[in-house]
Formats: sequence, structure tokens, C-alpha cells
Amino acid sequence: MLIKRAPDLTYKDVTPKGFYMGRRNFLLGLAATAGAVEAWKRLPTVFAGRATGTVPHPLTGLRKWPGSSSEPITPGNDVMHYNNYYEFGTGKADPARNSRDFVTYPWTVSVEGEVEKPRKITIDEILKLAPLEERIYRHRCVEAWSIVVPWIGYSFNVLAKLVQPKPTAKFVAFQTYYNSGVMPWGSSSGIELPYVEGLRIDEAMHPLTLLCVGMYGETLPNQDGAPVRMVIPWKYGFKSIKSLVKIKFVKKQPATTWNMENPYWYGFYSNVNPNVSRPRWSQKVEHRLGQGFFAPPIPTQMFNGYGDQVASLYAGMDLTKYY
Amino acid sequence: MNFIKTVLLSKWTKVFVFLLCLLPLAILLWRGFHNDLTLNPVEYVEHRTGDWILRFLCITLAITPLRKILRLPQLIRYRRMMGLFAFFYALLHFSTWLGVDRYFQWRLILDDIGKRPFITVGFAGFVLLIPLAVTSTAGWIRRLGGKRWQMLHRAIYVSAICGVIHFYWQVKSDVRKPLEYAFIVAVLLAWRIGAWVFDLRKTAAARVHREETVTTETALPF
Repeated sequence: MLIKRAPDLTYKDVTPKGFYMGRRNFLLGLAATAGAVEAWKRLPTVFAGRATGTVPHPLTGLRKWPGSSSEPITPGNDVMHYNNYYEFGTGKADPARNSRDFVTYPWTVSVEGEVEKPRKITIDEILKLAPLEERIYRHRCVEAWSIVVPWIGYSFNVLAKLVQPKPTAKFVAFQTYYNSGVMPWGSSSGIELPYVEGLRIDEAMHPLTLLCVGMYGETLPNQDGAPVRMVIPWKYGFKSIKSLVKIKFVKKQPATTWNMENPYWYGFYSNVNPNVSRPRWSQKVEHRLGQGFFAPPIPTQMFNGYGDQVASLYAGMDLTKYY
Repeated sequence: MNFIKTVLLSKWTKVFVFLLCLLPLAILLWRGFHNDLTLNPVEYVEHRTGDWILRFLCITLAITPLRKILRLPQLIRYRRMMGLFAFFYALLHFSTWLGVDRYFQWRLILDDIGKRPFITVGFAGFVLLIPLAVTSTAGWIRRLGGKRWQMLHRAIYVSAICGVIHFYWQVKSDVRKPLEYAFIVAVLLAWRIGAWVFDLRKTAAARVHREETVTTETALPF
């Protein structure tokens, strides 16, 4: 059998080296361009260096809480890039960027004051103190916007019962961590730091008052108040103090940060109240965020819609006077 | 310097500057189409357009000092455009507030203008810009006469001051940015007061000089 050589292929048909090298260079170039685009996208991270702070991790075995709001949940990624946390800057996008190096583990909270058993409690102990519940709350900011957030935690009264408040404990004072080395933005924020907040004892013991350790299925991101914060859904957002380091049961009404900044605009109670307007914002309506540029404002509800549960706390009080 | 003058006088430079001034709007539209206006797009648009009103007001007010200091009278060709862009961004800012933030709910709007000082003063600053924008044409300068037109257009200082106060009262506690604008507007205003006092002295000096000359002349026959 005669094996024929293919007649149509001669040496001159061999692809010139320059040509296939050209193709190779082209592919290399393509790869390099893609690499450059990728590098360009990552440039901010490269300049900022690797973040050294604590990052969220998933929380499992969460209990569903029957009182959850059935409204659409605001997208988590958006919520986590729109923060008021003045220790990390006063722009809404600042905290997410500036808190990347904040180390929030390990962490200890001091629970003290008018209690039988004052103690320091670690975040690991807090996470195990009671079964974690996922509670979907409306969150109404004094700046007239609101979001719907799946918080994770349990009623603050669980922690309170652990330390056993004395009958002399009439209020609870809360304090946020402050370290100007980690939070250099705080000094130009215009508010006095560390951030402090307070509740009347019956408000603090109310089952809606949440000791919060997570959101959107994970532990709290730094910019949202890691590792542990308060969430009081019927009050303006600034009452829901972040990154707690001290909880003190006290006899007298404690000083609170925004009230010190401007006592006329920000009262101690700061219950969501559409009937009490302040020089800056009418509180009659709010913008529910995450629904697009052209979404109409919605009417603000008394006590942010939690009146059935909490209105009795203020029976007989003039809420235009105690705003 | 001649090159700079040629560039300033070119029609194409004007077109280029015009397009440049539209860039902030283009960026907002781009971000809007890409769903990238933060979680609170209304607030974001209000803040960005607000920034650009104050920037354009400062640029407009800086043109006269600059053309005198740099000896570039050609800069005057850009002043009206800068002023009109300040008004353009004010219009965007105001209509975003009116239509999207307040959703044309007149009770809310009147309540805000009446009861919230930062809105009252911002609204005043905006209203003041309207006659200035309307009378910015050559025809209106002729109709009003240069002197009266100039008097009217001094309202831009009041509008700029209103804008700065509006911003200062709007921020909650961090007043650094409003103070930056306050400083710039103050410097631009001070320069004019300085120039006005200097002019006054020069005229007075000229008058004294003239009187002296007259006295010597009349004294001569004696």
C-alpha cells in the first residue's frame, strides 16, 4: 500500500513563526489587558492595603421571631454601605470604608452600676446567653428615611436579668467604644465622643428592645456596630447605640450624645412621632430606602408602627413635651 | 500670555467649558442608570447638585477678581455661563426636592419653607437667582442700563450667602464643608469691598489733587 504524501502541504505552507508569535503576543496582550483592568478595579484596595479588621461570619440556628415585619427587606449590601457612625466619618459611605481595620473580636462589655451582680461579659458569652432570634424590624432614622432590617439577637432584658438590677436602677446608660487611634475621624465629627445613649428602665426591659449581635444572617459588620449593639425599633435610629463597651444601670436620667449636641432637636426619649417636627425635618413622612429614586415618601407611623406594644410605656405623658 | 488670550477668545474653548460644566450632571445620570446613587438616591442627588450650585456661584464670583489679578479681561466671556450653570444646578436641586423628595405635596412643601429655617433660606437663595438668570441676556442689559443691571446682579452675593447658610444649617454636626464655602465666599466678598474702598480713595485723592490745582491757579493772580 502506497502511503501518499499530502501534496498540498509544502514547507512554504508552514505558518510563519512571526505570525504565530504574533497571535501568541496578541493573546498575551489580551490577558495583560484583562489583568490591567482587574488591577485597576482593585487599585483602591491595593492602596488601602489588606484590611486587618474583623469581618462578619454566618450565624446559624436562628429562631424565627413571630413579630417580624412582613414588609420587603432592604438589600443588605446597600444597608451596609449607608451608615451613620460618626467615629468613622460623617459621610454615609465613610463608615464602611474606614472601619475595615477595626478589630471587634475579642470583645468585652462591662455591665455595672445599680445591679446585684456587676460583671464583664465577653462577646462569646453574649452569643450563647440565649437562643438567637432573627427579628425583622422597621428602622426609622431622624433624617426621615427608613429601612427594613433582619436583625439578630435577643431581648435586652435577658442580659439585664443576668446582672439583676436593684430597685434603685431607674435608667440604663450605654456607651460606645471610642479610640481616636482607630477612629481618627471622630475628632472632626462635631459631636462629643465617646457616644452615649440611655433608656428608661422599663423601656430597656421591654421585650422589643433588642441586644443585637448580627444582621442579614451574619455577625454585625464593623460599620453597623460590631460586635454588639442595641436596636430600639420605636425610637429614632440614633438611640440604637453601636459597638457597646459599657452598660450601666443608674438612678438618674443619663446624658445622651445628640441631646447634648442640640437639646431642642434631639430629646432624651426620641420616640418616632409624626406629630413632633423639629427645625430640620418634618417627621410626617419618610423615604423607605431601596425602592428607587422615584418612590414616593410614605407617612410616618406613631412609634414607628410599634404603638400597640409600647404606647402603654408613655401613658399619661405629654409626648410633645417629652419628645 | 498671548496664547492664553487666544485660547480664552476661541469659540471652541467656550464649547469645551460648556460641556465640562455638564459633566456633573452626566455623572449623576450615568450613576443613576447603573443604580449607583447609594441607598438614598434622593439625598445623594440633592447633595451633589447642592455642592455644584455653591461651586458655580464661587466660580462666577471669582471671575472678576481673577481677570483683574491675572490681567485677563477675556475671562469675562465665561461669567454669564458660570452664573447660568449655578442656576441650572439650582433648578435641578430645587426640582428634585419639590418633585421627588416632597412629591409635590404642597402642604409638606409650604410647611417646610415656612417652618424649617434651612429650607427658608435655601429657597430664598434660589428665588433670588431667578431674576438674575432671566436678565442675563444682552437685551436685558440694554433695557435696564448697565448701572441698574449691575445693581440687580449684586444679588448674587446674597444668594451665595443664603446658599452657605442653607448648607451650614443642613448638616447635623460636621460643619467643615459649609465652613470651606463660607471662607471662599467671604474672601471673594472681602476682595470686592477692598477694591471698592481702594477706588473710593483714588477718586477722593483725585478730587483733592484737582482742588489743590484749582486753589493754586486761583491764587496765582495775587
